[in-house]
Amino acid sequence: MPSKSPAQPGERASWILKISAIAALLFLHIPMWLIFLYSFTTEESAYSFPPPGLTLKWIPQAIATPAMQDALFLTLKVAALATITALILGTLAAAAVYRYEFFGKEAISFMLVLPLALPGIVTGIAMRSAIGLMTIPFSFWTIVIGHATFCVVVVYNNVLARFRRTGGTMVEASMDLGANSFQTFLHIILPNMASALLAGAILAFSLSFDEVIVTTFTAGNQQTLPIWIFSQMLKPRNRPITNVTAMLVVLITAIPILIAQRIVASSHDTEGNK
Amino acid sequence: MLNRISTFFYLRPRLVLALMLIPPLLWFLVVYIGSLMTMLLNSFFYLDGFTGKVVREFTLKTYLKLLDPTNLQIFGRTTLMAVLVTFACILIAFPLSYYMARFTSGRFKTFLYLAVTIPLWSSYVVRVYSWKLILAKEGIITWFANLVHLNGLLDAYLKLPGVGGTSLSISPTGIFIVFVYIWLPYMIIPIQTALERVPKSLIEASSDLGARPSETFRTVILPLAFPGVIAGSIFTFSLTLGDFIVPQLYGTSSYYIGKAVLTYQGTSGNIPLAAAFTMGPIVIMIVYLLIAKKLGAFDAL
Amino acid sequence: MKESAILFKNVSRVFSVRHNDIAGTVKAVDGISLDIRDGEFFSLLGPSGSGKTTSLRMIAGFDRPTSGSILLYGQDVSNLPPYERDVNTVFQDYALFPHMTVGENVAYGLMIKKVSKAERQKKADEMLDLVRLPGFADRKPAQLSGGQRQRVALARALINHPKVLLLDEPLGALDLKLRQQMQVELKSIQQRVGITFIFVTHDQEEALTMSDRIAVFNLGKIEQVGTPAEVYEHPATTFVASFVGTSNLVSGEVAKRITGSDTRFSIRPEKIRLGSMSDKIDADMVSADGVVRDVVYIGLFTRYLIELEGGGDLVVVEQNLNTTSMDVMKAKSQKVRLIWKKEHVRHVEG
Repeated sequence: MPSKSPAQPGERASWILKISAIAALLFLHIPMWLIFLYSFTTEESAYSFPPPGLTLKWIPQAIATPAMQDALFLTLKVAALATITALILGTLAAAAVYRYEFFGKEAISFMLVLPLALPGIVTGIAMRSAIGLMTIPFSFWTIVIGHATFCVVVVYNNVLARFRRTGGTMVEASMDLGANSFQTFLHIILPNMASALLAGAILAFSLSFDEVIVTTFTAGNQQTLPIWIFSQMLKPRNRPITNVTAMLVVLITAIPILIAQRIVASSHDTEGNK
Repeated sequence: MLNRISTFFYLRPRLVLALMLIPPLLWFLVVYIGSLMTMLLNSFFYLDGFTGKVVREFTLKTYLKLLDPTNLQIFGRTTLMAVLVTFACILIAFPLSYYMARFTSGRFKTFLYLAVTIPLWSSYVVRVYSWKLILAKEGIITWFANLVHLNGLLDAYLKLPGVGGTSLSISPTGIFIVFVYIWLPYMIIPIQTALERVPKSLIEASSDLGARPSETFRTVILPLAFPGVIAGSIFTFSLTLGDFIVPQLYGTSSYYIGKAVLTYQGTSGNIPLAAAFTMGPIVIMIVYLLIAKKLGAFDAL
Repeated sequence: MKESAILFKNVSRVFSVRHNDIAGTVKAVDGISLDIRDGEFFSLLGPSGSGKTTSLRMIAGFDRPTSGSILLYGQDVSNLPPYERDVNTVFQDYALFPHMTVGENVAYGLMIKKVSKAERQKKADEMLDLVRLPGFADRKPAQLSGGQRQRVALARALINHPKVLLLDEPLGALDLKLRQQMQVELKSIQQRVGITFIFVTHDQEEALTMSDRIAVFNLGKIEQVGTPAEVYEHPATTFVASFVGTSNLVSGEVAKRITGSDTRFSIRPEKIRLGSMSDKIDADMVSADGVVRDVVYIGLFTRYLIELEGGGDLVVVEQNLNTTSMDVMKAKSQKVRLIWKKEHVRHVEG
């Protein structure tokens, strides 16, 4: 049926809609950019606006702070191990859910998303209870286990989505042409999954890198970078250093995420093999 | 050789399934569900006030403590905050989501999508911190109020009971603003995803059948966006219920659930009470999740 | 008679299904026996859910029989994985590997066999020539049209020289013109390479055009196996008569009035002549009188719907030898005598 008029009603956004959309975006972004501005302010003890002057001197000072370095190093180690664990567990779960029919299949996604969907404090206090009840000493590993648990779902979602998009017949085609399971995995599954795995890994890494709530309950006295920043905020001792560290965290998490998004987007482009 | 191993497994799909499922299942049952169980268990123990030690005996008196007026107030205050934050997030998110879903395409859409997702994935603590710079007594808001000579109004607002405080950065209003800011992306993405699924033809059909744009919006678009709103509200609601960072940094002396749990388990070592306290948000969220699942909100995640 | 390429011995495949917490089983394939001979172009024809695709998947090895056995040139392959069967498949969605070039896709089977790279390329180019896609080796599947992808899938499946080639509705996604062209081409490629082709389709016309023999599937069972002419002219069951081509099915009182017996019979619309009431009936003829209720002019032919005097309808198709659309419309509401040869009456079961 031909449309009644060439200009479809409601096709152009009204200016009210545009302004509200832009306002929401600015609300979402301006505070983050302020962090960058304050990393260069000459003022040491207050958040005066506008900054009385700009300087680069805090950046080398912040990087040279031992407590910051220790925290950064610990955070990187935790995030790396949590990511690897989440990659293995999330991929296995996604493959099982994609390939097979089994009882309770729907419950799997539900269970995996719980640590992220329930308030962080629940996972935190639950693990704290387990640690307390079984008198497990706080350690590097208690942090990793906590982080891995809520990172699994990120990998799972990414990998499962890719499985669903690439479809099962490719695996059958490979086996049909003489490749056994291992060859099929190497030549077909891995190349097609690689970018989804990478994207999932990056997201899991970012999630772990700035997690603070669960970590508070599983870390004992150890300070990851977010916890260090948090403690700095509670008792401001060295604001310029905190500002620079905050900027650093933004960069460390945001840049990989940009890359991850690119990966996911480019795999959409090369698809088209339906 | 590899062929024979491969064939062995190929002919036993149930075995392969078991091998795939056992590691994640075991991890979640032991680490996660196991932990939740110990929490449940702990909530039935109690702290001996004299020795300061946890007594491992079944009792309901820890739960009874939750009914203290101060604790009930904490639940009420936190739930009210979660509700307000959720509604504010819906109000702010909807226009942007709607704009993204209906009026953008290609690179511009990708750009907007990134602009929303990057805050979602990165630097929670830093984003919480950033508002200190804005709300502080000497910060931007005060500077702006002075600039337009409205500092009297700002001061008057800060004196209001219930919402004000010594400065915006130490006030319920501050907590509210920061929560909305932090959780906003969690609301935008699900709504956008849901709206994205509304087929153009459906909107055209509606207008073709004589509906005015406002009617189309009300009768076609809003109902279809509803699962997205529910999905988003799960996040904003749940995250607000459980957060202690924001009340800790922006709060006055009044407690919220997260802050109370942190204090009980930390300074006083009262894990049973902390665990019992946590059952509150869990029960609220499980009910919420089940309703959302019924409404089909999980398809929009 | 040639040797068996594929032999189904009483094969069943039962799936367990769960829907809304109610568990049950579905017999996708229900005790099928079938003999497909070497070098045949054999079609498995049936509606969706009739078991034809499950049968094909069991030949390929993606699925295994719940009971019974499948023999490939005398060897029991029921429990062999796909990579140990000398059978290759052209998939309905082509299943090309998106991360590989067309050349790499075609040469995949050889790469797995560890054939040298130079040899692989040479063979792949030969196969691309065979499917008339020379010079496409360096493109990516995403850059090809549907018809071209289909040819790549065919080349990829043929490069290992399988004993049997399986085709799972490979033409389903193509438009009509391309489909007809590919039908001719597939047939000629099959004759050139001399491999047994097993072709799954729900399109009866396609099956009739291309096949040496056809097995008609319904509800997990085979209703009839035969050459296209046998299946069309001598449908063994009601289902075959109605699924393959169009048929008038007549039974009960009406059948008795026409043939003298109340057994159900089928008569093809094109076998019936539209005569006038004065036409004489020969001894080897059958007739029925009625009124023309509807006339549909379709260019190549005209379709008439006749309401019989004793009740019931018959569809009659007549070629438009020298009539025009104006002429045929005059037939409406006329009394007519339908006449056809006794030998075209097919008594069918079920």
